[in-house]
Parts: sequence; structure tokens; C-alpha cells
Amino acid sequence: MSEKFRLDKGGLINRNKKISFKFNGKKYSGYEGDTLASALIANGVHLVGRSFKYHRPRGFFGAGVDEPYAIVQMNRNNEVDPNVRATEQELFEGLEAKSVNCWPNVDFDIGAINNFLGKFFPAGFYYKTFMWPKSFWYKVYEPIIRKAAGFGAASIKHDKERYEHKYEYCDLLITGSGPSGLASAYAAAKNGAKVILAEDKSRFGGSLLTSEVTIGNQNGKEWAEKIITELKSMPNVIVKNRSQVFGYYDHNMLVMSERVSDHLPKTEKYTPKQRLWYIRAKEVIISSGSIERPLVFGNNDTPGVMLSSAAKEYLKVYGVLVGKKPLVFTNNDSGYETAIEFKKNGIDPIVLDTRKNPNSEIIKEAKDLNINIKFSYVVVAAKGYKKVKSADIAKISDDKKKLSNIENIGCDCICVSGFWTPTIHLASQSGNKTKFKDEIDAFIPSQSKQKETTLGSANGIFTLEETLKTSFEKGSELSKQITNKENKIAVPAVVEKKSSNHDKFWCVPLPERKNYKRFLDFQNDVSVSDIQLALREGYRSIEHVKRYTTLGMATDQGRTSNLNGLQLVSDIENKVVPQVGHTTFRPPYSPVSIGAIVGREIGKHSKPTRKSPMHYWHEKNNAVFVDAGVWLRPRYYKQGNENLFEASKREAKNVRQNVGVCDVTTLGKIDIKGPDSAEFLNRVYTNAWLKLPVGKARYGVMLREDGIVMDDGTTTRISENHYHMTTTTAQAANVLSHLEYYLQLVWPELNVNVVSSTEQWAGAAIAGPKSRDVLQKLFPKLDVSNNGLPFMGYMEGNLFGVNAKIFRISFSGELAYEVNVESDNGNFMWEKIIEIGKEFNIQPYGTEALSTLRIEMGHVAGSELDGRTIPYDNSLEGLVSKKKDFIGKRSLIKAAYVSPDRQKIVGVVPLDKKTTIPEGSYIVKDAKAKLPNPKLGHVSASCWSVEYDNPFSLAIIKDGKNMIGQKLFALSPLKNKTIPVEIVSSHYVDPKGERVRS
Amino acid sequence: MLHIKCPHCGLRSQNEFSYGGDATVKRPELNKEVSDKDWDNFVYLRKSPRGKHLELWQHISGCRQWIKVERDTLTHEIFKTLKANEEV
Ligand SMILES: [Zn+2]
Repeated sequence: MSEKFRLDKGGLINRNKKISFKFNGKKYSGYEGDTLASALIANGVHLVGRSFKYHRPRGFFGAGVDEPYAIVQMNRNNEVDPNVRATEQELFEGLEAKSVNCWPNVDFDIGAINNFLGKFFPAGFYYKTFMWPKSFWYKVYEPIIRKAAGFGAASIKHDKERYEHKYEYCDLLITGSGPSGLASAYAAAKNGAKVILAEDKSRFGGSLLTSEVTIGNQNGKEWAEKIITELKSMPNVIVKNRSQVFGYYDHNMLVMSERVSDHLPKTEKYTPKQRLWYIRAKEVIISSGSIERPLVFGNNDTPGVMLSSAAKEYLKVYGVLVGKKPLVFTNNDSGYETAIEFKKNGIDPIVLDTRKNPNSEIIKEAKDLNINIKFSYVVVAAKGYKKVKSADIAKISDDKKKLSNIENIGCDCICVSGFWTPTIHLASQSGNKTKFKDEIDAFIPSQSKQKETTLGSANGIFTLEETLKTSFEKGSELSKQITNKENKIAVPAVVEKKSSNHDKFWCVPLPERKNYKRFLDFQNDVSVSDIQLALREGYRSIEHVKRYTTLGMATDQGRTSNLNGLQLVSDIENKVVPQVGHTTFRPPYSPVSIGAIVGREIGKHSKPTRKSPMHYWHEKNNAVFVDAGVWLRPRYYKQGNENLFEASKREAKNVRQNVGVCDVTTLGKIDIKGPDSAEFLNRVYTNAWLKLPVGKARYGVMLREDGIVMDDGTTTRISENHYHMTTTTAQAANVLSHLEYYLQLVWPELNVNVVSSTEQWAGAAIAGPKSRDVLQKLFPKLDVSNNGLPFMGYMEGNLFGVNAKIFRISFSGELAYEVNVESDNGNFMWEKIIEIGKEFNIQPYGTEALSTLRIEMGHVAGSELDGRTIPYDNSLEGLVSKKKDFIGKRSLIKAAYVSPDRQKIVGVVPLDKKTTIPEGSYIVKDAKAKLPNPKLGHVSASCWSVEYDNPFSLAIIKDGKNMIGQKLFALSPLKNKTIPVEIVSSHYVDPKGERVRS
Repeated sequence: MLHIKCPHCGLRSQNEFSYGGDATVKRPELNKEVSDKDWDNFVYLRKSPRGKHLELWQHISGCRQWIKVERDTLTHEIFKTLKANEEV
């Protein structure tokens, strides 16, 4: 197909580079510098999608971020990208896009039947229609709505593209590169400020690209180019195009999404697809410009009806005619600029001006060009289904209530202008309350809450002269406060046309006996009658009207629709617009892809992966790893065809019979120093610490102030004023913060310092009856006998030239030692242990065997210390001192905590000695009781006891103390299991603890 | 994202800090009788003021110091920041 609507010359596109692309499977061509929208219009394609609710045909309405409905689904480099505005998508060779919200295709859409059933889809239809009967919601309504709702479908595949985050700081962030943005950026940059200038489009210059003005001795476009070139050459300025500042957050933090590669056929190596910038700016200048306001009339959503500013942009930037028989419908002078542009390119437009007798330079120019102008005229309704074919027009009475002389005239597009709406979204997001400016019938920013200033047409200033003057001044003033430098810039002279006043009229009344749909919100299909209905039904607050009708709730954030909606509400309610007020603007200003928000924090990158110094040994020896917090730990070491169950059983058995070695590097370690360390530990732990001798370790439990167990671990007195504390892997960071809290805020008089030393030490636990033999061979010169190194003893040694700390502590319940060396020597230590342990049948064991060993010994861990249990619940009450005070002690006398049937830890064995009880199962008295079956407690941990060769679990149950010996049931509704069990002591193996002391 | 001035390190983004609650809460002294009511007040009961609030933050990815921040809970305005041992 040839480009029938492309002018022979003109525009800013590169006519030397033709580009071919596909839309809905059909091949078209355009030029480098086109958007998908401009290229489609050049090819005469106006039908791009179907509307949200009624599935009415929809085309192009704007030329950029103002576009409410030309939304397509992109297929770029085999990746699907939904919700892309055709007006923002730049054309590239091989681009493929398709329509959304239509089935089976855009030309024939079954959903369009909604259009004819319109009376069943009034305002609030979701609330009304689908409320009853309830059962219908899940089976009928929801699936239909799910399928019908939304623009496009997200891919269910993993997105292979790369997205990045960037943090940046600057003196001034300037959002938009129109005249106000350029002038303020230039002034600030000349004063030496660090400036970021962000432009949403690919081209800089904003309105200067399309307006007929002179600045100094250049036309607007040339002046913009000159300023941008100079800004780009300055080292203190970052200039970014394709970058939308979409959110204004606290303390002048703004977020910008940069579409780095979306305009390219595929993302190049080492560059991201998109980049999200977090910018902390000392001052923000909002120069986001304004968006033309639509006029409301019958069928104003028909493809071919569009903003007059968009039609002008397609002409001047892309050399494209949106139609060859244009109708311009305006309530102000802006429509004339578009009409004149058509005329200059050999097309005869007809202008309908709602005003009776306006007079201005530009109207005179239009008259002089013999443009057909009809004053006091309106478009009553657009005609044509998939494209405008004609329009019913009429003369309107002076009070704007009566239509006469209705006639039908041929046209192929209707360019509408309802004056201008400042883009105040960022200002509003910053907390600026905004005010209504009568002269322009729109809201502008008022009192700043943060360091922001709005300039130019975003601030309701519509003359270039004043915009440039105030922008140079503000840019200079704000930057001077930061840099203390001032470089005076002469404001250039401006030549522009003076405008006459706009007409305060936006909504054309319906002619008698006609019921045209007149749309306010094009993206969400909200029409005048929906608002009228909402008000009739008693909705008054604009926030309620918004939610009931969904006015302004679509992804375009009501950019084009809001004011017309407010105007209508205020007309019906006989209020002025400021009394009605506008709804809250929230970020993002325009849609941001989920990928950009997530950035690099996906999959394995979502958190750091920590590996112990012995990790590569584990890898080489067939370890199967498991995530333990941010650590990777060996879960088991696979031999042959073993599964998890077989391997962990073998490893645990070998610890009980011979000796095993486990990597315990991940345990949290905190170094504690200072003369008051003993006193501090005495306050932190529930048991007594003042008399712990040097060279001895002690097990301790610490509580939160509410009496709940926070963590447990051993702490060793290395020397008089030096302790080495261990914490569980999971709580390491919390415990350190907890200690710092008390030292810095509660007891600053204590002379103690704490620092994390987790990374400094590699740890190996050597456990089993033969562990002493291994240790003796590792440290031949040391006396590691039961007398030389008794249970809970500590000594330092030399491991083949490497300094080592040896702790006689046990988690497995066996005779056991823990050896620590500096991290760099971790692998050396590990290999020595394996080598020397060979003759004693040493085997490495993973976390699964570790769990088995501790569970059958009744040692508590994270699954019991779950933030809901007190010491008694874990049978740790023996460690709670009655004499001294400590953190959380006062809470332990609470009635619930001392209740005689308080929950307590017990052991659970299935009666059949075969069925493993799923963790999380309920313990109940009667398996067949009526639901909800009162539960006594839950199973916290399960294992296969290697000592007895049957399943064993720990559970925390009500009155656990008196439950030993009872026959109860474990219920797992998730696994659909009911298991008869017997309650036994939690200390299933070696209840007297003789082995650890042997 | 808030911009918090650590009295030890200077202005830093909120993601370097962790929140620590009401800074005006005083822990009852050790080894002293405390009534049930006073203890419950200390452990559980917090005001949730709309407006000025003196709160604790820890510069967890920085100097690790606990600091006091006087902040408006509605507008997020930060009036001042103090070291742990300083009073408003
Ligand atoms: Zn700090």
C-alpha cells in the first residue's frame, strides 16, 4: 500500500530511509523518524483498536502521551509488549504490532454487541449487574469480564530483556524540553548548576517544533536546536530524550523511565531495554506543558476525530495529512493554526467556531487565506462507523442551548480544540494543592509543598514571551541559590500571534430525539449520560463519581477527559468547577513497564547469594544445595542414585555411629568487647553470665521485651573482656541491631562494643563418637581429652600452621566440636578434616541430616523459635534466671504465660511407626470431631529418627507437660492425612544428655 | 523515598535506614517494680500521631547508629535529626 496521506515534502522525518513494518499482519512502509501512529495515518489506517466497554472502533486522538486509545500490542524481537501507545512507539525496520481489545479482529469484533446493548452497561454496571446471583460471579461474569477487560495480554514467558536502575543527584531536574524547559535549563546551566533535562519524546523542543514563532532572529525550532546543542556540550548538564518523569515522591525524589531501546529492532549488547532513574533533585522545574482539551459531541470517539494540535503535529513533524477533507471544530484560536497549516499544504478545511464574533490576528490570517469559517457553529455528531464520513453540524444559539439549521456535510476528519489544560500531574503529586484559574478554565499549581516550580503553559501561561521571560528568570534564580553564581542572560525578543479569548463552552447539547453517545473519557468509555446517571443516583463528591463511573481511572489518568467531566458535573450541580474540585493525581503519570520497576532484582539477582569458603568443595562433592536465608548450604551430599531421604539418613546415621563434618560458617557471629561485656550479656540473656570463666562457652536464650524467644546460641568468653557470640543464621542481622539498640539507646553507660564477625570465620562442626579422635589428629599437641577440653570448653590451637578456635559445643547431641579458622583458610581446614577423618569413616553431612540429629534430640531451632513461643514452650525454662533481671523478664509473669495448661514442646511418634507426619499438621484429640476441630497445637518439625528407625516429630501443644503418653491424632488437611500418634518426650534420644559430655 | 540526615554521616536515602518506632518510649529501669499497666504501656501501646512524631531510625547500611528523627507522619517533613544521646 502506498502512503496516500504523506505530503511530498516537509516534516522532520528522514525521507532517505524507508522502513517497512507490519500492523495486524499487513505490511506497510514509513520513514525513519515516524511513530507507528504517523506511519499508519500516512497509509490511511485509522482503525487501530476497540474501546474498553462497548468495543466501538477507535483510531488516533492525539500524537503522543495525550493519546487515550491508540494502544497496541508490540512484538519486538520475539518479546510481547502490551499497552504500548502507537503515538509514542517509534518506527523501526521490521516492527510488528497488533490491535488489542478485539476478537476475532479489529474489523469484526464480537464484543461490539455491547455497543448495541449499551443500556445494560450504564455507570456502575460492574456494581449493579454482576452482584446477583452470587454463584454467577465466579462461573459466568468474572471469566467474561476478565477476557473482555484490559488492553492487551501480558506474556506469560520470562522476559529476557534487561532493565536497569540508576540513582542520580542534581541541583535542578527539569521535566520537559519545551520553551520553558529549555530557557530554565539554559539559565541554570549557565550559573553552573548540575542540571538534568528530561524529554518524554524523541525530539526536543515541545511546542516549538510546531508553532509559528520567532525567537531572536531564529524560528522556534532552530532556537530549540541551538539551545539543546549547547546544553549537550556542557559537562554539568544531562540531557535525556525518551524519558518520562512519571512520579514525584517525598523529599524531591522523582522517578523517570527512560526508554533506552524501545525504538530499536532489538536491544543492543550491554544496554538495557529501559532504565529507571531515581533522581534526588534540590529543585524541580515542571515544564510539562499542556494538553489540548477535547470538545464533547455525538460520536466524538469515531476514528478520524482527533485533537487539532495532533493534526498539526502530524503535518509539521511527520509530513502526514490526517485527512483530505478536514473539519476543524474549535472554541478558541488554536484550531485556526491547524486550519492554516492544512491550507498551506493545499487542503481546504472548514472551520466551525463556537464563538459568535471573535477577532484576532490569526483569525484575520485565516480569513485572508479564504478559509471557510462558520461562527456560532458546532458539530452535533460525527457520522461513519469505522471512520468519519460526514458530520451533522448546526448553528448554536447565543445561550448555547438551542441548535438550528442542522445539516450534514462531508468530511474525513474532525480536528477539535477545546482550549488547553495545563499538565499539573507532577505538581499535584508533589503535594501542591493547585487552584482553578478562571481565565483559562483549568487548574494550575498554587502553593508548593516541596521544592518545585511550575513554568510555562503547565502553569497556565500561554504566551511564549511571558513563558521565556519567567523561565529564564526562574532558572537563574533557583540555580543561583545553589551555586552562588550568576551569569546574566538577555531574554531574546519574541514574535508570536496574539490570541483572542476562548469560549467557555465544551459540551454540545443533543438535538431533539437523538441519543448520540458523547464521550468524556475515551479510554474507559465514560459518556455524558453516565455522569448524569451517577448524579441522579445521588453521587455528589467528585471522588465518588470517579469511582462509580470510572471517569479518569484509565491508564491515561484522565489527561484529556478530566476537565470536561468536572465541567459537566459543575453544570448539572450548578456549582463552579473549583467547588467540585479535581480528583487526586497519583503516579505513574503514564504506564511504566513492570520490568523497569523490578530492574535487575529478578531471579537470583533479587537478593545476594552468600557462599561459604568451602562452597566449591561441596560443589565438587555432589552437594545438593538449599537456600538458607541468603546463604546456599549443602542439603545433602548425593552418592550414586540416592534421594534426599536416603542420603540424609546415611549422613545422620554416620554421625551417630562414627563421625561427620558439617559446614556451619553461616551461623551468625558477633564479637563483643569492653569491660562491661559480662554485665551486658547478663541483661541480654535469660540465664546468668557474670561468672562464666575465661575459656568457657555457655548456651543462652534471648527474649524480646514481650517475653517471646528471639534467638538462641552459644557465647564464649575468649578473654577477660572479649566474648564471641553465635546466633542462628536467620536472626544474625536482627540480633546485632537488637544489641546495638540497647547499647546506644537504653544503656549507653555500658562500655561495650559489638561488631558482626560472621564473614571473618569459617566454621566446621565435627560430630560423633569418633570426633575426639579426629580432633586429636588435627591438633596433635593439644590435650583434647574430656579433662583437657571438657563440654562447653574453649581453646585456641594451631591447625597445620593456621590459627584456629576450638569450641566443644554440640547441636547434634553427640560428642562434638566446632572449629573456626579465618575465612581464607576455611577450605584448607575442611580438606584437612576430610583427609584426617578418613580413617574414622568421616562423612560430610548437610542441613537435612543436621535437622534430623537436632530434632530427635529435642533441640529447638527456628521452627520452634517462631516468634510465638516463650522459654517454657520450648522447655527452656531451666535457663530462665529467677534472681536477676533481663530483657523481657517482666513479661513472663503474664497470666497467659503462666497458665497451668500452657503449650509445651513434645515428641510425636506415629502409631504405625511408618507414616511421616507432615510439618504443620494439627494435633487433635478426636479425628472425627465436627469442624472446626479444636486443635491442641501444631507439628513444628519432622524427621526420620536414625536412632530408632521410625518417624519422629516435634510439636508444641496445649498442656504438653501432661500429654506425654496420650494417644492423639495428627491432621494434615493439606496432605489429606489423618495419622494416629503417641505423644512422647521431646528428648527422644539420649534424654539425660550423656553423649555430649562423654 | 525519604531523605534522612544522619547526624553522623549526612543526608542519605531512606533505603539505608531501618525504622525503629517511637523514640519517646523509655524502658523501665532494670530490677525495679513495674506495674502491669506501665509494663503493657511500654511493650505494646503506642500513639499513632498525625503530625509531628519523634521516632527512631537505625542507619543500618551506614554507620549503624540509632538516631532520632522528628518527622511529620502526614507530610513526611523532617524537622530535625538527633544523635541517640541528644534530646529535642
Ligand atoms: Zn550514619
